[in-house]
Amino acid sequence: MAFGKKEREALLDPLFNNNPISLQVLGICSALAVTTKMDTALVMCAAVTAVTGGTSLLISLVRDRIPPSIRIIVQLSVIASLVIVTDQILKAYFFDISKQLSVFVGLIITNCIVMGRAEGYAMQNGPLLSLADGIGNGLGYSIFLLATAFCRELLGSGSLFGYTLLSPVTEGGWYTPNGLMVLSPGAFFLIGLFIWAIRTWKPDQVEQD
Amino acid sequence: MQYSNKYIFGFTALVCLVCSLMISVSSVGLRSRQERNKLLDRKKSVLQACWLMQPGEKLSAAQIEEKFEHIETKVIDLKTGAYADSADYDPEAKEAAPENVAQIQELPAQVELYQVMKDGKPETLVLPIYGKGLWSTLYGFLALDADTTTIRGLTYYEHGETPGLGGEVDNPKWKAAWKGRKAYDEQWKVQIGLVKGKAGPPDQDPHHVDGLSGATMTSRGVTNMMQFWLGDEGYGAFLKRFREGGSA
Repeated sequence: MAFGKKEREALLDPLFNNNPISLQVLGICSALAVTTKMDTALVMCAAVTAVTGGTSLLISLVRDRIPPSIRIIVQLSVIASLVIVTDQILKAYFFDISKQLSVFVGLIITNCIVMGRAEGYAMQNGPLLSLADGIGNGLGYSIFLLATAFCRELLGSGSLFGYTLLSPVTEGGWYTPNGLMVLSPGAFFLIGLFIWAIRTWKPDQVEQD
Repeated sequence: MQYSNKYIFGFTALVCLVCSLMISVSSVGLRSRQERNKLLDRKKSVLQACWLMQPGEKLSAAQIEEKFEHIETKVIDLKTGAYADSADYDPEAKEAAPENVAQIQELPAQVELYQVMKDGKPETLVLPIYGKGLWSTLYGFLALDADTTTIRGLTYYEHGETPGLGGEVDNPKWKAAWKGRKAYDEQWKVQIGLVKGKAGPPDQDPHHVDGLSGATMTSRGVTNMMQFWLGDEGYGAFLKRFREGGSA
């Protein structure tokens, strides 16, 4: 079991060709909630990537032993446990950020990407492939989240990672922050624009009606 | 493939066991660190309220503890305003609050507050406050000088107000505008509150602070919170004792 072409594809495909957000349109709720700032988005991305990777690996390891009648609840138990562990680690080592992420770490449990990959991929494929696929999907999610957070923090607060780049008028500068960007609808528009851009670049992703 | 019921039950039990083991280990192993973080976070807010920690300043745990050496933690009885024994302090003991402007439902019987000491005398009082804004309950600390009317600072450590509008309660500029304002008038009636637009400098317009633009409800919430906590149902009794006796 080496890390060959197939594994690389499983890892890289979800970045643009089969992106969970732009093509599968999954995981939008957290993409709206945690993208007002880069640092919260970054930590959220790391958490989701760790959970998708871990879940896919664990499920794939026991995939032939899971009775089909209870497979969904087994997947959910694994996901929920990993999310709780992740939440505990964040609270212990990144307290400030975990406070800002509040319930959204816990809500990774309901993130459709995690369960979608466990049920749709890890149940049929080997551990290494599943791990690559899980991490790849986590990264695909991350690309969108970070791009959204980049625009939202820069235009909405005039800063990146908390460092002021465009000094806003409320602090005596010249930049009038775009209020839409700090509210959730701003993320909706941005994600819509990103999906448009990516489907113009890769026309085969356009849905035929 | 067919699985027997026995196998399914066995498998379920095994999954539960492994998962619960994973969670227990991480929870027990990290608990002390989490508790420490929580306490440090509270201390940080206290320091921010009395400007012992500047906005944007990063302090290590050791630095925070060092600054806290000059701060005494006291427990008071909210109704009588007398100091209570901190050994008997029970943060969970609550009573129904009388009807009030800040829409507070329950009041703690005892409150833990902080006193910044200088030459053996309290120089600043840091009082925990909370109340409704627009969407959420805001939790914070109000710092008063020893004359109990001059405001040193105000900081909120937890709220869910609209970012950019009501969320501007976190703006350092706005927080600095509280410095030097007077909470009470000569008759010890609560006067401090937010006004629409800009307030004058503290020496000319001592009872007003700039309102938050675009956040009428949050501004009203902050004003109400001041009215309540500085009034008789809040810290009124304690502050009166403190003024008269130096210590209650």
